[in-house]
Amino acid sequence: MAEAGAGLLSRLARRAGSFGFSHGVHPPEHKELTAHLPVRRMPYPEEVVLPLRQHAGKPAKVVVRKGDHVERGDMIAEADGWVSSPVHASASGWVTDIDWWPHPDGSMAMAVRIRVEKYSGQLPRPRMVPDWQGLDHDALLRAVQAAGVVGLGGAAFPTHVKLQPPKDATIDTLVVNGAECEPYLTTDHRIMVEYPERVQMGVRIMMHALGVPRAIIGVEKNKPDAIEALRRTLPTDLDVTVLPLTVKYPQGAEKMLLKSVLDREVPSGKLPASVGAVVQNVGSIALLAEVFETGLPLVERIVTVSGRGVARPQNLIVPVGTKLRDLIAACGGLTADAAEVLNGGPMMGMAQRDLDAPVLKGTTGIVVLSEEEVRGQASFPCIHCARCLDACPIFLNPSLLGDLAKAGRLEEMQAAHLGDCMLCGSCSYVCPSNIPLAQLFAASKAAIRRTGAA
Amino acid sequence: MTTVAERTTGARPATERPLVVTASPHLKGRDSVPTIMWNVVGALAPLVAAAAWFFGVGALLVVLASVAGAVLTEHFLGNRSARSASGGRRGTLADGSAAITGILLGLTLPAGMPLWMPFIGGVFAIGVGKLVFGGLGYNIFNPALLGRAFLQAAFPVAITTWPKVGGDFWTLRGDLFAFPFASARAPDAITAATPLGLFKFERQLTDAGSLLVGTVGGSLGETSALLILLCGGYLALRRYLDWRIPASILASVAAFQGILHAVAPERYATPTFMLFSGGLMLGAVFMATDMVTAPLTKAGRWLFGLGIGVLVVVIRVWGGLPEGVMYAILLMNAFVPFINKATQPRVFGTSRQRVVVRGGAA
Repeated sequence: MAEAGAGLLSRLARRAGSFGFSHGVHPPEHKELTAHLPVRRMPYPEEVVLPLRQHAGKPAKVVVRKGDHVERGDMIAEADGWVSSPVHASASGWVTDIDWWPHPDGSMAMAVRIRVEKYSGQLPRPRMVPDWQGLDHDALLRAVQAAGVVGLGGAAFPTHVKLQPPKDATIDTLVVNGAECEPYLTTDHRIMVEYPERVQMGVRIMMHALGVPRAIIGVEKNKPDAIEALRRTLPTDLDVTVLPLTVKYPQGAEKMLLKSVLDREVPSGKLPASVGAVVQNVGSIALLAEVFETGLPLVERIVTVSGRGVARPQNLIVPVGTKLRDLIAACGGLTADAAEVLNGGPMMGMAQRDLDAPVLKGTTGIVVLSEEEVRGQASFPCIHCARCLDACPIFLNPSLLGDLAKAGRLEEMQAAHLGDCMLCGSCSYVCPSNIPLAQLFAASKAAIRRTGAA
Repeated sequence: MTTVAERTTGARPATERPLVVTASPHLKGRDSVPTIMWNVVGALAPLVAAAAWFFGVGALLVVLASVAGAVLTEHFLGNRSARSASGGRRGTLADGSAAITGILLGLTLPAGMPLWMPFIGGVFAIGVGKLVFGGLGYNIFNPALLGRAFLQAAFPVAITTWPKVGGDFWTLRGDLFAFPFASARAPDAITAATPLGLFKFERQLTDAGSLLVGTVGGSLGETSALLILLCGGYLALRRYLDWRIPASILASVAAFQGILHAVAPERYATPTFMLFSGGLMLGAVFMATDMVTAPLTKAGRWLFGLGIGVLVVVIRVWGGLPEGVMYAILLMNAFVPFINKATQPRVFGTSRQRVVVRGGAA
């Protein structure tokens, strides 16, 4: 009965023009630091370091040697199979080394170091056929792969793989993710405001490649200028609509977005294709258009550098492979009370221990928190306030899962649907006892992967 | 490499100090356990003040005695190495939960009780009701009610000697300073039966107006239903208690008693009388909503309240005691693990709840 009631409520809410999902949290947005700042280009650093592993799937294979001279846009590592993506030189210069290098995920990864050529114009030399409409489906996918295009929303899933959904799935809608629900980040916001035509062109290419009749761009209501810009540039010959979404974290999570936009629930353990949809981040879509427009592969991206710990927060076009150190320096450096540097937003972003780690294709933003913001808080036992249950967008029982995690009862955690947890951190955010729930779940997931427990 | 920007803004280069590395999420909501607990203490303060207004200084002394018992027990037997919100080692006292237990226990007692009894009640509530189970968050039963149950079993006369409302603030009612374990003196203060006792044993109905304002005999916090609703409303608005539990309790009491009253009006009191008399308001708003001992799920909370409501009516109407809120809540506390298990939410993207948990309470 409760479910029928919830279903009715959600239908009524949709009729009233409120498109959202149940549960979730409302962290402070902090987007005012950079939301109004136009995207600017960052000066080239002295060196770029390009890890071979910066996308989902197999790492790329190096095709250059130490001492080689490379031009901006040259392929330096090729895709290793279908679910893989090549890496291109993001600046002209000389390959000085191919060795292990700090990766933003905290590990070390093989990377190509390029000493950037001084006084080079860094001219974009077109390397792709701009006529995407003349290509057949396979050729188009191969062109997208050759350009090294991956999702820019964080997971860096190769776009060409996404353009080929499983044979048994019927895709009827392309859902464009313009939610950008992570606090501080304004990358997608600026893309939608400044390059709405590119977004629409990207939507056109995606719809063509997927053969879907309609596309819906979901944007959180806190970005009215983005919604306005997209609506102004809507194509007249295609069924593309812009849907304002409720402002709530994690609105940008694939499953939540599909619930909000289409009112469809992706079954546990399944992909969006199982409900007839493909989800692509708005930045990645704009990139797709840009790649065909300029003929230059993915060599740079827009990154928000923000937070109280950085002197001049900005939205910058950054060559992939730029060290965080150089990027932060381009934003005026760290402030005196800067304490923690995050790769990504504050809800799911990863704290960096080494600022030599480079910007990757999937780096959405760099957020620097001040000492006051990272001060540790005392942890208390769980008082069963159930706020985590009310926050979890997947309707898990984090309170129970937390107890099980502390006791190492991994099998029971799996029975309680740990596999559906996407580590969004909503539970940790609301927990008045400061129990590090998301961290416990991440560790438990890792332990399960290690043991290979079924 | 120092950039121009760094020189002009005076910011330090990105290399110097080691960076802090913590797990995500890196933002934290505002509420913490101490904020919640001290807010509850704040919401209980008006009730204590009202009790003092109705029953004089003796009411304050009773509450102070039970708080002292609870707090001292927590301090000496609790986890003293626990860190406070500010990070210092201040023991578990700082979280404020022991103070709540003490105040709540005090509010369930009559104003004239010899002070050593509330003190012992506080010791029992925290020692046996909470610390034995592992301290904050691990107890099964509401500690304040367990403390009261103990006092009711140990001192049945003293706990049912209700002083009359009114009189001078400084007048002491009852034998407050009796020596522990000395034979209790016969109460010489003017006493008054509670509305529930009056109805049960003498078939006398108290009018709704005095029940609402609280000018009736009874325990300290049982009197003013209106004030309890106001204070509880504040906590519900700040989301420090779930309104579903009191709503469910009061609705089920009203419905059940309404049916009884409709069937035989001369034998069963009106639902209004049932709602506003005795400890029902205090129990529904402040005891049953104790997060630690209430169910986790919303459906479970409705169920929990329903069970309490039914039990309250059953005990009041057919039981040997005039009041049954305490036992109703304690009984339902015992069912919380089962309620949790039975009402797990449907996981997103699954057809039905399939959470199977072996052993353990949810």
